[in-house]
Amino acid sequence: MTLLIVENLNKNFGGVVAARNVSFSLVAGEILAMIGPNGAGKSTSFNMVGGQLRPDSGRVLLAGQDITGLPPRAICRLGVGRSFQVAQTFLSMSVLENLQMALIAYAGRTRDMLARSSALFRDEALGLLNQVGMAEAAARPMGALAYGDVKRVELAIALSGAPRLLLMDEPTAGMAPAERAALMRLVADIARRAAIGVLFTEHDMDAVFAHADRILVLVRGEIIAAGTPEEVRANPEVQRVYLGTSGLRAALRARAAAHG
Amino acid sequence: MSVEFSFLLVQALSGLASASSLFIIASGLTLVFGVTRIVNFAHGSFYMLGAYVAVSIVPWLLQIERSPTLFFVGVLISACVVGVLGVVMEILLLRRIYKVPELFQLLATFGVVLMVQDAVLYFWGPLDIAGPRAPGLRHGVMILDQRFPAYELFLIAAGPVVLGLLWLLMHKTRFGILLRAATRDRDMVGALGVNQALLFTGTLFLGAFLAGLGGALQIPRVSASAQMDLSIITEAFVVTVIGGMGSIGGAFLAALLIGQLQAFGVLIFPKITLVLVFLLMALVLVVKPWGLLGRPESTAGHTALPEGIMQPRGFAAAEKLLLLLAVLAAASVPIFGDTYTIKVATEVLIFALAAFSLNFLVGNGGIVSFGHAAYFGLGAYASGLLVTKLGMPMEPALIAAPLAGGFFAALFGFFIVRLQGIYLAMLTLAFAQIAYAVCFQWVEVTGGDNGIVGVWPSTWAASRSAYHYIVLVAAMAGILALRHVIYAPFGASLRAARDSAQRAEAIGIDVRTHRWLGFTIAGAAAGLAGGLYAFSKGSIDPTLLGIPLSVDFLAMILLGGMQTVMGPVLGAAAFHSIKDIFMPLTDHWRFLLGASIIALVLIFPRGLGGAYAALRARFSGGAP
Amino acid sequence: MDSIFFGRRALLAGGAGLAAAAAGRGAAAQGAPIRIGELNSYSRMAAFCIPYRNAMQMAAEQINAAGGVMGGRRLEFIFRDDGATPGDAVRVAEELLTRENVSFIAGTFLSNVGLAVADFANQRKRLFFATEPLSDAITMAQGNRYTWRLRPSTFMQTRMLVEAARGRTQKRWAIVAPNYEYGQSAAANFKRLIGGAIPGAEIIAEQYPALGRVDAGATVGALAQARPDAIFNVLFGPDLTAFVREGNTRGLFERRFVLSLLTGEPEYMIPLGDETPEGWVVTGYPWEQVEGAEHRAFVEAYRARFNDTPRKGSLLGYVTVQVLANMLNRANSLDNEVLVDTLRDLRTETVVGNVTMRGIDQQGSMGTWVGETTQRNGQGTMRNARYADGADYMFPEEEVRAARRA
Repeated sequence: MTLLIVENLNKNFGGVVAARNVSFSLVAGEILAMIGPNGAGKSTSFNMVGGQLRPDSGRVLLAGQDITGLPPRAICRLGVGRSFQVAQTFLSMSVLENLQMALIAYAGRTRDMLARSSALFRDEALGLLNQVGMAEAAARPMGALAYGDVKRVELAIALSGAPRLLLMDEPTAGMAPAERAALMRLVADIARRAAIGVLFTEHDMDAVFAHADRILVLVRGEIIAAGTPEEVRANPEVQRVYLGTSGLRAALRARAAAHG
Repeated sequence: MSVEFSFLLVQALSGLASASSLFIIASGLTLVFGVTRIVNFAHGSFYMLGAYVAVSIVPWLLQIERSPTLFFVGVLISACVVGVLGVVMEILLLRRIYKVPELFQLLATFGVVLMVQDAVLYFWGPLDIAGPRAPGLRHGVMILDQRFPAYELFLIAAGPVVLGLLWLLMHKTRFGILLRAATRDRDMVGALGVNQALLFTGTLFLGAFLAGLGGALQIPRVSASAQMDLSIITEAFVVTVIGGMGSIGGAFLAALLIGQLQAFGVLIFPKITLVLVFLLMALVLVVKPWGLLGRPESTAGHTALPEGIMQPRGFAAAEKLLLLLAVLAAASVPIFGDTYTIKVATEVLIFALAAFSLNFLVGNGGIVSFGHAAYFGLGAYASGLLVTKLGMPMEPALIAAPLAGGFFAALFGFFIVRLQGIYLAMLTLAFAQIAYAVCFQWVEVTGGDNGIVGVWPSTWAASRSAYHYIVLVAAMAGILALRHVIYAPFGASLRAARDSAQRAEAIGIDVRTHRWLGFTIAGAAAGLAGGLYAFSKGSIDPTLLGIPLSVDFLAMILLGGMQTVMGPVLGAAAFHSIKDIFMPLTDHWRFLLGASIIALVLIFPRGLGGAYAALRARFSGGAP
Repeated sequence: MDSIFFGRRALLAGGAGLAAAAAGRGAAAQGAPIRIGELNSYSRMAAFCIPYRNAMQMAAEQINAAGGVMGGRRLEFIFRDDGATPGDAVRVAEELLTRENVSFIAGTFLSNVGLAVADFANQRKRLFFATEPLSDAITMAQGNRYTWRLRPSTFMQTRMLVEAARGRTQKRWAIVAPNYEYGQSAAANFKRLIGGAIPGAEIIAEQYPALGRVDAGATVGALAQARPDAIFNVLFGPDLTAFVREGNTRGLFERRFVLSLLTGEPEYMIPLGDETPEGWVVTGYPWEQVEGAEHRAFVEAYRARFNDTPRKGSLLGYVTVQVLANMLNRANSLDNEVLVDTLRDLRTETVVGNVTMRGIDQQGSMGTWVGETTQRNGQGTMRNARYADGADYMFPEEEVRAARRA
């Protein structure tokens, strides 16, 4: 069945159109990439799905349920995990405690004032770390990890709520090329195995075309093309935007920014 | 009574003159904050020094010739002298502590305040010194049918002139452009290869110069006195915050607003003078969380290590022994000590609980409160009023203390936890001052500033030792309960929200509600401490809610180390001991207290608890 | 005058040295010294309290040189800063009683500090000689057996001023007072009393600026707008200077009668300098005009010893020691119950004349000077000043009984 339906989302920032009639859908186990030059409205559309932004109009349905305008924590509880462009983790805690915290939150026990948090969900946390290949680092302080490892832990955190949908905002930004491919393989693998839908934005076209089932192309807040990687690659308008002189420069700039 | 137009006009002009003066001072404060991110308590001291230097220099110049030129030359010289003092403070003190937590810098500047107060008394003596009036501007000018001081017309012009000059400086000079860049993004300036030390020194000169100018310009209106620093600093903070920290234009707007409110407010509510500015600040912050013209602090993508409690460890075997010894020592004070020792020990225990509850917010939750004494004081008032007005015995009155502290923390906290960073801290201050003003002004119920006496324990607990044991049990229970919560999922959730509110929300934590609950719990614990304090002193009065006590609590957690769980207890003991040793020693105990605070900040930049943790790490071979 | 370590120990050493020097001259005090704990806001209220302490030391030295008290025992004061907050003060009082073994305590400046220490003294059943706090509550509603006050209270000083206004014709009055207990109760006393002195007098405007933060322009504007015939002022210190300057420039005081509390005390008069207004009726201390050989001798001795003119605080400190010495000599005991009983209606001949500690409200009859402000050589002073004996201005006895019974 269709996991996520996005209907006619619109968002303006003080007269600037950030999203115009954005509509798409996603089924369980599918990996959907959202691409476009900087300022195309990827993050805006993304954050309207994740609850960080409230759309001016339009609807977001998760498994048939309207989640438009719900706060992020409510959306999370409905089975949506997410990662951020700049990884967001709990830097004062160890890797294991990060996962324990996420599991405590998923279990709805954050107001518990009696238990000892370090004793809760240890095995589950280690299991999740195992999934992303970070079990050995469990005892290390989060602040001491390399960025690629932080991204992996963040992925494990996003998975801790047993999500149906994973939102990943530029999952490979700031990583070395070898790490990127490994991380995307990991995501794809987990998504297929657990039938999790994945929506991600990405500047790295290699990652997009290698792992996405379908691709949405946004330009100036509008979806100008959608389809399989082959269809999108063949779309003349996409070629004009991406491969035309101005579009190329934009794409290059975007890549440079992603590496910066 | 008919109100004629000429009166309204002149009253508005009075408001403008006050606004101008206030703006000149606040502009320096907001500049320094914008660039260095230091909340500079010593700004009020610079203002006071400006006035004192001016009342010394200007009369001397006027002896040469009574000319307006020489008067203003004297004012500018005074401002420059103060600017140089600002540079001295930057080089000797601030430069060494840019890397330590922001709160620590604040504490260091507070140490400077204490030292300057006593230095002023030492050099200029205790009598107020009235400065000379400005030659040529002594007279009054007729405006319609009202007489208005010519000097105040000059002041009205001075504010916009300073604003204009600052604008030119910020937009037309390299220094100014760097200042603006640094205000927006401090790291970028470092990346551009700018000599950051020089930029900061220049900023401190400019900030102190403006404070000194503000003080020197006041000498024809007010006499230089040793209390003028603290009376101006809160008002300058309020202007800065209402305008938006770092925004000079915002400060100007806020000063105008406050000047007019003050001028017309006293016509309608003559007694509102105490609280007016804080009411305005609370209102503005509730509606506009970043002040009128401030911009949100860019926390997105912020990945620095948080300042505060990291992974809380359990007690090691040796520490358990140490703790046991400490408890035994506290318990045996009544056996070995005299009544005075008991009294001091009782107070240390009470302050330890209050400081611990503050660190529950600051260290564990990243919620910096400048007004924690409010909940301490409200707890004390709840107990005291129940005993004296309703004739209740001590036991139920003591139970009411945490309830009152918690209730008001919940009430104020509802608005407070919506804000972030320095704005949140200033809103805690505003609510604390409002609560203070109510206790101060509601004479029929609270006894006003005289307070209420006769708050003594029940007969069975009346002896110093018996009461000491009550406090020991209650404070220890409070501290251990809070400590337990720190280690529990709720405490971890507060740390999670502090580390990354975005991540916390994304895993399903309702950050605002959790912080609200945390604020309420800390308020309740502080309230309990306040109740215990009231019975130990026998009296309650508004100083229990005052800013000085809030600052004391902050000093305790910082000295103890806010990144350690038990540090605040150590800090309370250390701070109280320092005060207790110096106060009987000399009239100038504030100087020594300030100097010790600064010394501790420089020697133990992570507090005593932090120093202990470092020591422990070294001896245990660097284990976490 | 003082060093940065103007410490208790240095003071004691100095005092002992002087006493030893004096011992060579005549019958010096012998036997165990009598220790009295003195706590005050030496740091926060230095302008008043340091001259006060100076005079106390001088008085103690003189008494010790002349043979001490209670048959030859030396008088020794242990001075402490009270931190200017009730919390600190109560702890310091405890320290004085336990650690320093003082026989009883004296001092305090701020009313809230005085009240807290008074209640503490009552709890501990030790004598507290409240020298400076003005609050009426100390001897009235919150009075207790162990607390005695020397300085004329807010009520007494207000009453002196109101009596000085008797027979005037001004009916429309404005009040300006600092927004705290002293200001509020002075204003309340004034409202209560003025009708008796000037029939038909009414209060048409009131202003209560925050202590130390007067917005002089707005305050003067608001008062002028009400067009009063006369003004009752309670502002003092920096607030007063700002208020007077603003009022002078704007003509607020022209053709208006002004009653002003404490303004004639040198502590507040000296900073006014050549801005001192003409013809205000004030309470104060014109030390250069006092009569009486003993008082003149005190003034001269003080000036010689400290190279400074005496303040109101100095006089109060000196008289305090005279009363305490008399009490000790009469009681010839350090039992606090005996001391308290001795104080009841104790008459002491002091430099200001007879001072009686009235038993019913435990208030001293020390008075103050009432006169008009004027300028001499660019300095403020008083003219037509007369000493108003406090005995004539105390609370009516029935009122005391009603207040203290509650």
